[in-house]
Amino acid sequence: MPSDDVLRDLHRQMVRIRIFEEAMVSVYQEGKTPAFDIAAGPVPGEMHLAAGQEPAAAGVCAHLRPSDAVTATHRPHHVALAHGMDMSRLAAEIFGKDAGLGHGKGGHMHLFDTETNFGCSGIIAEGMPTAVGHALAFKKLGRDDIAVSFFGDGAANQGAFHESLNLAALWNLPVVFVCEDNAWAISVPKDKSTAIPNNSDRGAAYGIPGVLVADNDPVAVYEAAGEAVARARRGGGPSLIEIKTDRLLGHFEGDPQLYRTKEEMDRLRERDAIRAFEGRLVETGALDEAGRDRVWQEARVEVDAAIEFARQSPYPAPESALDHVFA
Amino acid sequence: MAVAAKRLLTTSKAISEAIAEEMERDPTVFVMGEDVGVYGGIFGATEGLLAKFGPDRVMDTPISETAFIGAAVGAAVSGMRPIAELMFVDFFGVCMDQIYNHMAKIHYESGGNVKVPMVLTTAIGGGYSDGAQHSQTLHGLFAHLPGMKVVLPSTPYDAKGLMISAIRDDNPVLYMFHKGIMGLGWMTPNPRATDDVPEEPYTVPIGVADVKREGGDVTIATVSLMVHRALDAAETLAGEGIQAEVLDLRSLVPLDRQAIVDSVHKTHRLLVVDEDYRSFGMSGEVITTAIEGAFDYLDAPPVRLAYPDVPIPYSRPLEHFCLPDAEKIATAARELVGR
Repeated sequence: MPSDDVLRDLHRQMVRIRIFEEAMVSVYQEGKTPAFDIAAGPVPGEMHLAAGQEPAAAGVCAHLRPSDAVTATHRPHHVALAHGMDMSRLAAEIFGKDAGLGHGKGGHMHLFDTETNFGCSGIIAEGMPTAVGHALAFKKLGRDDIAVSFFGDGAANQGAFHESLNLAALWNLPVVFVCEDNAWAISVPKDKSTAIPNNSDRGAAYGIPGVLVADNDPVAVYEAAGEAVARARRGGGPSLIEIKTDRLLGHFEGDPQLYRTKEEMDRLRERDAIRAFEGRLVETGALDEAGRDRVWQEARVEVDAAIEFARQSPYPAPESALDHVFA
Repeated sequence: MAVAAKRLLTTSKAISEAIAEEMERDPTVFVMGEDVGVYGGIFGATEGLLAKFGPDRVMDTPISETAFIGAAVGAAVSGMRPIAELMFVDFFGVCMDQIYNHMAKIHYESGGNVKVPMVLTTAIGGGYSDGAQHSQTLHGLFAHLPGMKVVLPSTPYDAKGLMISAIRDDNPVLYMFHKGIMGLGWMTPNPRATDDVPEEPYTVPIGVADVKREGGDVTIATVSLMVHRALDAAETLAGEGIQAEVLDLRSLVPLDRQAIVDSVHKTHRLLVVDEDYRSFGMSGEVITTAIEGAFDYLDAPPVRLAYPDVPIPYSRPLEHFCLPDAEKIATAARELVGR
């Protein structure tokens, strides 16, 4: 069992992610009512939020250093924040502002941060080969940094998934592949898209450990990831971890979610991983009620400040669209 | 007084020598791809490198282009200077996402914060009955997509200098070598595929076209193997009193538009030769450049001789019906100057 300090850190991390994502829900709706227009409001475009999937990000990234490379997906905020991305620059990028990570050129699916060696790809499974390349560079440069690639269960049916696992295993590279199984690939349930129940079993096809974290529990994730990260760092090669997690919101904001029942969504809310976890922390005394409330309070202050920063920041000069095609 | 002996190298040897010299200079440069090791690259671009640098720096990969080109992207972002080889450009279909959505876009998406210094080498071109999936050039397709430089050497000298420039460039560079310029013993002999190449490292700047033959009557603008075909045509034309200027563009991104305009200012006539498909490609772009920059100087509408818009056929007479060659270039040039 991790120390109380680690447990409190996991809790704090998950709470700040949750508050950030919930704030995005309301910011995203600004300017989009009564008639929903995806191009309107301070945050236009698609918005994929990760509320419910905090345990995966917090549990894995707790083991990482800023020099470890992390690649994520079209649903990247939880991973980016857990790996230490500056929340204000993240928010500013989402608002399309010049102070954003990419001066407004990337947007929420294309976040790149040199401070935390973070990148993401909006194309399913295609962030995985890049992670293999980061790991290859670390090995060649004699660094003991590792690469972690997050992806969804839908990605495990893409060629890039299989090619990446094979190459990382073949070259014994320090990569941890983290599959966040939220049971849905947009509207298609996993049992209609994937031939086997657990993608962790696919590790065996490449001779690498495949570990299943069967519930959305940050401690279980933390422990599984601890082993995989240590193994990668000591030169033991890649691992695959699959985490059964919950997507509390739609695939994107504005998704009517006609493909799943209200009962299912209520059930997911009832088993909310953060509430369950903090209940346990209060029960065991790792956290008292005042401490718990303080965590939520502080996270709200942090998120409000980041969003206010993004709101107040200027847009980039329109003609700067022509910059940065080449170095 | 002694005359320095010529140091004759094939284009493929010039390329592998360039890579070797950069690998010696910079420990972050490494090579990966299918059959780049013991085989030396199917078209010889990495010949001798494995013996010199060992398997850690000259890495044979599985047939897994998405994984290893993507790995080159990641390695470049994390401090290496990879050279990845896509065996035939026609194979881009299995890995294009890594090329155009990742390699070419990350620098821009990051607002200039992340650099992707890598070279993607690839073999192009037909003329030897390899059929529709192994004979294309496709440079226009890649040049259309922003974020990667597109380089097409035609001679051993340019091949070495452009490769060294490509490796030292902080951007992704697609380096397209035509099989017919490599000087391979198993291809139709090409006398211009072997030439004097300096031993010491040197650079040829990317984005600067080169007048391969001067002339005042008509500009023939082209790239890669078609430079050789154009030079053959120019010799024939010279015997008839027509002086053709052969402009080797050498790269499509960046495109040396000024060189096109300057040459048309001089010759007043433009013929573009392209082994790539005719429509929506290089030939249209070069002609537009001439019209935008030298309209008043044109004595005749520009002409293009390009691959027709059909998949590349297998049978020899069918393929050669479609391919531009020296005779067709000479005919087009004669018509353009009114002879």
